[in-house]
Amino acid sequence: MDEPLEVNYKELQHLVSERALKGETVLLNMGPQHPSTHGVLRLLLELDGEVIINCVPDIGFLHTGIEKNMEAKRWELAEVMTDRTDYLNNTGNNLAYCLAIEKLTELDVPPKAQAVRVMLVELERISNHLVWLGTHALDLAAMSLFLYCFRERESILDIKELCSGQRMMTTYFRPGGLWRDLPDEFEIAVRRFIRMMPDRIKEYEALLTKNPIWMDRTRNIGKISAENAINMSLTGPVLRGSGVAYDVRKMQPYSGYEQYDFMIPTGTHGDVYDRYLVRMEEMRQSLRIIQQALDKLPYGPWRSNNRKYVPPPRAELGTSMEAVIHHFKLWTEGFNVPKGAVYLPVESPKGELGYYVESNGGNQPYRVHMRTPSFVHLQALPLLCKGHLVADLVGIIGSVDIVLGDCDR
Amino acid sequence: MGIEQKTGNMGVVTVGLEQVVNWARTNAMWPMLFGLACCAIEMMSAQAAHNDMSRFGMELMRASPRQSDLMIVAGRVSRKMAPVLRRLYDQLPDPKWVISMGDCASCSGVFNNYALLQGVDEVVPVDVYVAGCPPRPEALIHGIITLQDKVRHEKLNTWI
Amino acid sequence: MSEEHLKTTLKALKDRYGLRESELMNYPPTLICEPDKIVQVSQALRDEFEFNFLCELTAVDYWPEEEPRFNLVYGYYSHAQNVRMAIRVPLNGDDPSIHTIEGVYKGANWHEREVWDMFGIKFEGHSDLRRILMPYDWEGHPLRKDYPLGYEEPQFTFNFDEIDKRKHHGRYEEA
Repeated sequence: MDEPLEVNYKELQHLVSERALKGETVLLNMGPQHPSTHGVLRLLLELDGEVIINCVPDIGFLHTGIEKNMEAKRWELAEVMTDRTDYLNNTGNNLAYCLAIEKLTELDVPPKAQAVRVMLVELERISNHLVWLGTHALDLAAMSLFLYCFRERESILDIKELCSGQRMMTTYFRPGGLWRDLPDEFEIAVRRFIRMMPDRIKEYEALLTKNPIWMDRTRNIGKISAENAINMSLTGPVLRGSGVAYDVRKMQPYSGYEQYDFMIPTGTHGDVYDRYLVRMEEMRQSLRIIQQALDKLPYGPWRSNNRKYVPPPRAELGTSMEAVIHHFKLWTEGFNVPKGAVYLPVESPKGELGYYVESNGGNQPYRVHMRTPSFVHLQALPLLCKGHLVADLVGIIGSVDIVLGDCDR
Repeated sequence: MGIEQKTGNMGVVTVGLEQVVNWARTNAMWPMLFGLACCAIEMMSAQAAHNDMSRFGMELMRASPRQSDLMIVAGRVSRKMAPVLRRLYDQLPDPKWVISMGDCASCSGVFNNYALLQGVDEVVPVDVYVAGCPPRPEALIHGIITLQDKVRHEKLNTWI
Repeated sequence: MSEEHLKTTLKALKDRYGLRESELMNYPPTLICEPDKIVQVSQALRDEFEFNFLCELTAVDYWPEEEPRFNLVYGYYSHAQNVRMAIRVPLNGDDPSIHTIEGVYKGANWHEREVWDMFGIKFEGHSDLRRILMPYDWEGHPLRKDYPLGYEEPQFTFNFDEIDKRKHHGRYEEA
């Protein structure tokens, strides 16, 4: 490896103000390795004393070339990569990809599979908000909350491990339904979790919501108005904190969300504190959805019967010749998706996650683009942090809830 | 039983220099925060209460490379990040060790393409590779115990 | 009621700017537009037809077809009416460029930088067109179809040494 590349300020001159070039303000590099940037994010800060005048985010340190790599794999093998983009929302990414394929191929998904998908996605939402709360509080010096949140998260990871065998990168959803049937212990584990969780959320709120230090550090910080937020294409809890009640689950329901009864929390001021309140309430609403889905869980098959896309069960291979041929074709060549393109939005815990999937009739994806919320939200960071102190910047980054794998793909 | 019996009346214990130095190094090894991607979340889980890495001496994670002696490369290293990684490794004071956690750090895992380093040992020398995508916290702790065994058997002439 | 709004919007755009429907993409309903009209269409969508949210801006490469080689995809959403639509813009292969819509939707800033980085499509009038995901001095535009994937070849015992020499290692110093 050669010398690391030094970037001259000449190339970035148009981004910083005149005062920086004369030496009146300080240019500080909040580098890729930093405990509070939640991953490898580089920020070039222009400071006047401690006040931020401008902030230029520099991303790409985790760019993995996932979109290009998916074009080289078959349809069902490429799903493995979708887990690893937003690594705190694995099931959500899987769901968006499978829904896009099902839209192009017009596959039917049985109701039991839809209900299980909803349950796992909502559990993932709670798990994501727990990691957000733990790391956000850790950055703002409430360290014990980190340990509490990760303790709850272990229960959710145990449930995911029950279903699919893997704690994080499950790839449990396949086009047409699920990979395999639910185990018997699933219902007991989820009911135990739903019983325990509301008290824990009350514990977290008791620690933070009326805490004067927390309120001082988060009130009136990082404000953004609703029109600016919509123009900058913000979605998710950031937009809801500014007062716009936009949630893809309610506006364009998918996978059976229209049967469940839940509320969309919104804030009023659009600051860090409101976003915190919105996410805490979302955790409670997710518990409501899981309760309803578990009570109404229908009987039936867990994957579609369309043998062109779904492999036959092993027992059938001994009796039917067509089953053997389908199995052979699916394992050697994979299924072909008819020619077409689709843009499918899904509500991830961070915002609107959209998958643009295009097929040219073959067995490999022709183009997959993930419109990820973290990428879009980072553009708004300079707007959010103008005029605040460096210590507030840490709180703002935490409240926007970025994950660099989601941003850089 | 214990050290009081061995000290006798004078309060003196004799032991080889290698053993003492290696014992001190293994039981107080502080890792540097270098979580890049998904494996970082499992590393945080390993540090949290359920599986506690503090039992093995890794009480805290220091953010500054000058104050730590172990670098756990957790996650995929892209070509843009590689010079940064090398610079941070150079800033670690001797003696230093590197654990490559996860498949992406060891051999680029699922991703075999233009954007990633095919294994972090293209830029830094690695002591222990931990496999998994992501490795369970127990697997990471097994990797740490393997590293501690390795360090306990280091000889005098490798220190220089 | 929102379906009617979508129908009136599509009809108005087709009549006013001469756009046509796309057969490739149906969900959301898509129109095909010429590159020089995209700013007026976006402005009309934002001001007149209440499509105030830009949700997607990406490109597809159809190499080795030269005309059109690229298709830009713009996705819009209307908060008030709860409808989505999309616009595709075909571009040619040699020195592709199009005017930026950053003045209409501020959120298009980084999307256009990413399309420049990955595909090499220039956006005229953009405030800050630099590489965003790849390193600053990278050559080439990775998501084009004629750019190789760059994978590492598997080394077996019979070809281990010859592939090893081609690899970029710290281990092999020039003697």
